[in-house]
Amino acid sequence: MTAFSFSPPALLPIIVLLPLLGGIINGLIGKRFSRQVVYAVGCTPVLASFLLSVMVFQGLRGAMVTDPSAAFRFEAYHWIVAGNYSFDFAFLADQLSAVMLLVVTGVGFLVHLYSTSYMDDDPGIARYFSYLNLFIFSMLMLVLGKNLAMLFIGWEGVGACSYLLIGFWFKDMDKAEAGQKAFVVNRIGDIGFVVAIFLLLAYAGGSVDFDSLRAHFSDSARAIDHAPTITLICLLLFVGACGKSAQIPLYVWLPDAMAGPTPVSALIHAATMVTAGVYMIARMNFLFALSPHAMTVVMLVGALTAIFAASIGLVQNDIKKVLAYSTVSQLGFMVIAVGAGAFAAGIFHLFTHAFFKACLFLGAGAVIHGLHHEQDIRKMGGLKAKMPLVNITFLISCVAIAGLPPLAGFFSKDAILAETVALKPEAEKLAGYYEGGFKRQAYAQAGVAGAEAADIAKVAAAEQGIRKQYIESVEHLGMWRKVAFALGLCAALMTAFYMFRLYFMTFTGAYRGDHHTWDHAHDAPWPMGSALAILAALSVVGGWVGMPFAHGHYNFFYHWLDPVLARGKELIEGELTPSVEYSLMGLSFVVASIGVFIAWQMYGRGVSEAPARIAAGMRPVYNALLNKYYVDEFYHAVVITPLRAVSRALFQVVDRVLVDLAMVRGPGYVLVGLSHLGRLAQTGEVQAYLIGTVVGVAALAWYLI
Amino acid sequence: MPTELLIFYALGAGAVLSTAAMLLPTTGRNPIHAALLLIVSFFFLAGLYALLSAHLLAILQIIVYAGAIMVLFTFVIMLLNLSPDEIREPKISYAKMVGSGVALFVFGKLLNGIGAASSAAKAVDLTQQEGFGTVKDVGHMLYSTFMVPFELVSVLLLVAAVGAVVLAKKNLAYVDRPVPSPAEEFKTEGHAGHGDAAESDGAHH
Amino acid sequence: MTAIPLGHILTLAALLFSLGLVGVLTRRNVLIMLMSVEVMLNAVNLTLVGFSRYNAWTEGHVLAFFIIAVAAAEAAVGLALVLSVFRLKQTTYIDDLRLLKR
Repeated sequence: MTAFSFSPPALLPIIVLLPLLGGIINGLIGKRFSRQVVYAVGCTPVLASFLLSVMVFQGLRGAMVTDPSAAFRFEAYHWIVAGNYSFDFAFLADQLSAVMLLVVTGVGFLVHLYSTSYMDDDPGIARYFSYLNLFIFSMLMLVLGKNLAMLFIGWEGVGACSYLLIGFWFKDMDKAEAGQKAFVVNRIGDIGFVVAIFLLLAYAGGSVDFDSLRAHFSDSARAIDHAPTITLICLLLFVGACGKSAQIPLYVWLPDAMAGPTPVSALIHAATMVTAGVYMIARMNFLFALSPHAMTVVMLVGALTAIFAASIGLVQNDIKKVLAYSTVSQLGFMVIAVGAGAFAAGIFHLFTHAFFKACLFLGAGAVIHGLHHEQDIRKMGGLKAKMPLVNITFLISCVAIAGLPPLAGFFSKDAILAETVALKPEAEKLAGYYEGGFKRQAYAQAGVAGAEAADIAKVAAAEQGIRKQYIESVEHLGMWRKVAFALGLCAALMTAFYMFRLYFMTFTGAYRGDHHTWDHAHDAPWPMGSALAILAALSVVGGWVGMPFAHGHYNFFYHWLDPVLARGKELIEGELTPSVEYSLMGLSFVVASIGVFIAWQMYGRGVSEAPARIAAGMRPVYNALLNKYYVDEFYHAVVITPLRAVSRALFQVVDRVLVDLAMVRGPGYVLVGLSHLGRLAQTGEVQAYLIGTVVGVAALAWYLI
Repeated sequence: MPTELLIFYALGAGAVLSTAAMLLPTTGRNPIHAALLLIVSFFFLAGLYALLSAHLLAILQIIVYAGAIMVLFTFVIMLLNLSPDEIREPKISYAKMVGSGVALFVFGKLLNGIGAASSAAKAVDLTQQEGFGTVKDVGHMLYSTFMVPFELVSVLLLVAAVGAVVLAKKNLAYVDRPVPSPAEEFKTEGHAGHGDAAESDGAHH
Repeated sequence: MTAIPLGHILTLAALLFSLGLVGVLTRRNVLIMLMSVEVMLNAVNLTLVGFSRYNAWTEGHVLAFFIIAVAAAEAAVGLALVLSVFRLKQTTYIDDLRLLKR
């Protein structure tokens, strides 16, 4: 193997292409394989990619010894070269993508392993593993892309694979529609994303490569220094993230996506695809940090989503729906983080969330599988007797997500909340960046076209005024952080409550379902169980890489991501005194505990009367929550129905009549009519023909002679 | 007015009148009358040719046209035993008007052409050229320059003669009986005898 | 020198031609139609003779000669056709001969 080197950069395309290969093989000829072979073809590439990712990670660590901002880059080939614009197939493995890489391949492999047992009776198994592999491929493209174009390719790919996997059991119309809904809503977000890419191409030097963009935006002399434009680009990028990461108003697809197989929900809708939006924002931190206004919008949307989804999750009765809304809510947390400037905290929460949420989903899947497709928690209870392993892993994950120390969720959630209040944008530095823009605005305001000596003072004064205005507006944004913090805290309380409600109703107390199902209930088989165990273990220890102690102690995770997030940190600073930090941690702990306690009171010793009484007492509120605030119905009435009506009108009028009749069949009818007319000339009368001939000849002679 | 012109007018009027008479459904109703009127017209035309120094043509006109072609016409008319045309249609009909209109139009166009060309034309003095239009003159040209067309025309006449014989031949099997339509003829061909096809008689009238 | 203007000759020929045309387009008897065609041919001959006279152009006479020959051939064949059709349809009335009708 002399010609081929195993150096980390060269591994990148292999990591990406192995799952593609597996997907293609299973997709094309998987039908002829036996189940075992399908499993092997499906799981091996992902395992191999995981191992190679570990190698890349280690390689990166080694490289960082000499160069702290080392990263691996691999140029595959020039894709589009058009004038000033060029897009390459190129991979980038820096610190951020290395983290994502491990998560995607690691959790991905565990889900593949789990699926071999969960989907053991499904006839479309080759198709399933093919789609799953293709999904991993797309996600890796997204994560390892060196420019926005590659990221977008992966972005679209995961959307498509999500559609395929959600609608996997397509013969059921509801499930197929759920898949379609996911894809369409994603697409709406993608419009924003694409327009943002175009704007970047126009204003940021014709390249969407991350390295060049970062360099471009560090230097205001080269980059655009018009604040509203940068805000617009950031908001458009965020629209794309809303679609992918299920924020308001584009979150509606995620609860419906539970129609797909549970391992799919675990992988796609907990650990990887939905985190793509957060990843993208973190990647573009240098751009977002330049627009505190956009970031505030991001933060608030995240906060609203967090509490909104959590409130819906309080009353849901389908085990997967609770987890779905929980995911939306936790994504809200991640978005709060990146909106507040706590990029590392957001990624950290992404990291820990992948573990416990995947574990929760897989555990739910084990329950569903064991109970033969029962998903209503009102029909469950006391399952810990029958499914001890699932019970333990589920409990661990619930503790983690509730944010109780020392499990993973505590550290990440606490980091988010703490940094939300602590950080604030460096208004002075930003003002410095936008100097050029202020000057231009000042000239315009002072009504001066050139620099006339007498007016220079006027211009300078105007510029100062604009500068002060900007700094003030940035400072004013600070109050929203407190709002986000409060909403986040409430959402955390609700999270703890509804997760433990879920746990208690499922695993403790008396069994409320039918006995036939109880008799056949069984614990998870080894593929499922081992995946659960590994994830639960990671939920316990995963948080320890990011201990947020402010002084002295080594926060590995944060330091690791420093090179990528440097610009963001530069523009957004904050100080947390130890006392503030500890008190916030205490507050988180207390809030989580309260949530758990209330859940225990209501559900811990068998379902008490309290829930029913509260629901009866607050019937309108309860109904609103149970029906998800009627958002889907609203969208249906306001968006879908008019659109369908317009569509139908266009079809009836434009397509049927104008195009079909007038333009397509019309000429045919005209021709037939004309030929009917022409037939009338065939009389068989010789003299008539003669007349025709004579007239013709005479006319010809007239014209020619 | 010079004598020539006078004679020209006389001959011309004669030709036109006899032709017109042939065409009119009043005087030309009887086919034999029409044929005879046409012969008269041809004679007038022969006279015109002679006036214009086309001596050979004048004689040929009489011998061939009036003497052979029109005789042939007359034979056929008598053979078919044609009676005068019955009044099958009104004298003035749409078709007739259209036909006449077209002819009128053509006439107008011709006049147009003539008017432009002819006013400046001057006739050649024929006193220089003896024997213009005589048998010798035309014959000489016919057998030298126009040898090939001459031979070809004779072949054409042969072909026409053969063709006419073939086309007009009666089917010998049906002596004095009308020939049946082709459909019936082919239908009965497959059977044994020729005598079976008697029922074709009243089929076409 | 002749006293007859060329225009007169040509006009006469044109008149005869048109008369022949009227006959072809108007008369219903096939034989009369054929005779009208002969009239038209003669008109053409007259034109040729007129031009020949004016330019001392003997080729005109030759062409007229050929025209007469061809007219003879055509008349023979045409009449044979009329005979055939008459045997079939027992009529020379052209409106009855409509086998080409749609």
